[in-house]
Amino acid sequence: MDFRDTPEEAAFRAEVRAWLQANGSARSRPDEMFGEGLDDAAKLAAAKAWQARKAAAGYAAIAWPKEAGGRGGTPMQQVIYQQEEAAYLVPGMIFEISIGMGLPTVMMWAAPELKARFLRPGLAGEEIWCQLFSEPGAGSDTGGVRTRAVRDGEDWVINGQKVWTSGAHFCDYGILLTRSDWDKPKQEGLTMFIVDMKAPGVEVRPIHQMSGESEFNEVFFTDVRIPDRYRLGPECGGWKVMLSMLMQERMSVGGNLPTDLHEHLIALARQCDWDDRLAIDDARVRARIADAYLQQHGVELLIARGLTAISKGKTPGPEMSITKLVAAKALQDISAFALELAGADGIIGHEALGGDWRYMQRLWLGSPGARMGGGTDEILRNVIAERVLGLPGEIRTDRKIPFRELERS
Amino acid sequence: MNFDFSDDQRLLQDAVRTMLAETSTSQAVREVLEGRATHSDAAWRNLIDMGAAAAAIPEQYGGSGLGYLALCLVAEEAGRHLAAVPLASSFYLAAEAILRAGSAAQKQHWLPQIATGKLVATAALGSRERYRKAATAPLRFDGETLSGSSPALSDGGIAGLAVLRVKAGAEDGLSDTLVLVDLSATGVSRKALPSLDPTRPLAEIHFDHTPAEALTCADASTVATRVLDGAAVLIAFEQVGGAARILEITRDYSLERKAFGRQIGSFQALKHKMADIYTTIELARVHAYYGAWALASDAPELPRAAAAARVSATRAFVVAAEEGIELHGGIGFTWEMDCHLFYRRARQLGQCIGSEHAWRAQLADELIKEAA
Repeated sequence: MDFRDTPEEAAFRAEVRAWLQANGSARSRPDEMFGEGLDDAAKLAAAKAWQARKAAAGYAAIAWPKEAGGRGGTPMQQVIYQQEEAAYLVPGMIFEISIGMGLPTVMMWAAPELKARFLRPGLAGEEIWCQLFSEPGAGSDTGGVRTRAVRDGEDWVINGQKVWTSGAHFCDYGILLTRSDWDKPKQEGLTMFIVDMKAPGVEVRPIHQMSGESEFNEVFFTDVRIPDRYRLGPECGGWKVMLSMLMQERMSVGGNLPTDLHEHLIALARQCDWDDRLAIDDARVRARIADAYLQQHGVELLIARGLTAISKGKTPGPEMSITKLVAAKALQDISAFALELAGADGIIGHEALGGDWRYMQRLWLGSPGARMGGGTDEILRNVIAERVLGLPGEIRTDRKIPFRELERS
Repeated sequence: MNFDFSDDQRLLQDAVRTMLAETSTSQAVREVLEGRATHSDAAWRNLIDMGAAAAAIPEQYGGSGLGYLALCLVAEEAGRHLAAVPLASSFYLAAEAILRAGSAAQKQHWLPQIATGKLVATAALGSRERYRKAATAPLRFDGETLSGSSPALSDGGIAGLAVLRVKAGAEDGLSDTLVLVDLSATGVSRKALPSLDPTRPLAEIHFDHTPAEALTCADASTVATRVLDGAAVLIAFEQVGGAARILEITRDYSLERKAFGRQIGSFQALKHKMADIYTTIELARVHAYYGAWALASDAPELPRAAAAARVSATRAFVVAAEEGIELHGGIGFTWEMDCHLFYRRARQLGQCIGSEHAWRAQLADELIKEAA
């Protein structure tokens, strides 16, 4: 039982720290974002410049093999880099899908000449990748996708619509799940492709989220042509390719819960009165602060367990599903209680209420999305029940039926 | 990063698990439940003989010196098997108080007797909540003898030694003191009390000018708090062990039992409930691990870590035990099924050193202090 780094881990951490100090700029407040004040184009350019520098120093894909352009390091070194980088103003949600999911899938399934073509520019941030699985009619039930791929000579012709694609508006390539055979049962008629997001017939429309932001998009495909050599895996082997891609997420033991929520709660409780005394002195408020800590520090400790597995060279198991389940709901509950501290004033927007409230208000508005992204609470409960506790799977009436017939019913 | 126990510690845990599976059976626990035994003697003997119970007592005092991390895993197994043994009274509380506040002579005299199981010890170190019950004479120590009535003591009926937090000194200047009382001395009388968890029997002890000696600590409250923090971590492991076991039993039953033409464990209402119980238990487990780290390394974070372990593990065991009965349905409400043994033990462990509310208050105090 030891939270400290091994000597090798400590040496790597020192190296990373020195590099970040020399090359990055540290965050000045917890919710400061990379490129604040820049317009989208300038922010993207700055992000690409950072990624290029990171790649040149060998930190873009630490755990990848050297022959694929990585550092040949360990997953633990990857984690250490991320821990250290978190204190710096670095781009968020731009290259994660490229490097965490898109490019590993290329590495695993694409022909050698495609790997040579795509891996290096991807790592250097010159090209950005997105993931195109979800559709309006296929969310949690990803096997139900209807985007149509029809073979035409050396090409495939794609028609359909994807949704909830993060970053599609600035991405260059995507990993696209399509239906190529409608006479097979749903999961057996799927084929995966690399798609050029700038190709004719690809149209990206931002989704206006309930939080006011637009991080996700709808993507429409109209007679988009994809050469057959861009196919990943065999025809009708798309389901397996997708599972291998989702497996990559296992190593990212995250659960994106900030580690300082209870401290923000305490700070706000020192600025509010309850019954004519400071809220921080009220036993009810104090009990909620304690409960907030139990959730938040619990998530940190669950992650520490996942890291322990990684540090020992193992892959964290499905039990890590509980991390995201706890983290997302904690985000919603803790931020909601923070707003409640101010009573009726708590619903005044932060622009009028003051700076300290901005953080919690943004978390509260974003938290419903956190409960869905990466698997809804309900899907995660099924995963825990079935894969950890060994309870029976859900009854599925659609498993053996040709997809075409499902469409009719 | 190694947030886990060592292979050696896990080997000890496996050995204790195998032993308790044979000695702390449902039948053995029910001997105590139904009043035919004061404790499970075979389980207790083995815990002593394996050096498991005395893991945190140094070898110079007759312990095995395996350390607190080992004792945490022993506690987890005791909780899993609902062991009806005086582990908490003797080892988490009494022995710890003597280790931390006893004189060299007191340690040399009493600890080997506890470590070798020659005597059972019990302790009352105070808690934040107290029932204002009909007046019994409070415990008073005049420097040489003790008089008055103890609070309800776990294993008070079989203990040969008690460590008690009492008032001492003159009427106008009473202070807290920790005293050691040999329960075979004069003026001791015991009264068994009914318990909501009869597998952990209670007794009240009356003292009438009974010879007693003070532990040599400067501040009784500091020692008591430190010992209670350690006990909170160890008991959290018992709670996590008990919670995990009743969830397994419930899961297994839900795979056997059929209703509406299906295994009841295939209904999503039950699956999701069990997934939530599992999540609650795993959160409690990581808090308990963190508490174990703080206890074993004597970290300044111990008061926070212990309170977090206590609150989360109390919740986890109570929820797992309550829902364990519910998910079994009618059969779970019968005397013959073991569900109520977990329900009772969850309540006993959840209150024996103060309720989750008192500990949640401690957790908040620590967090707010740290964020000053």
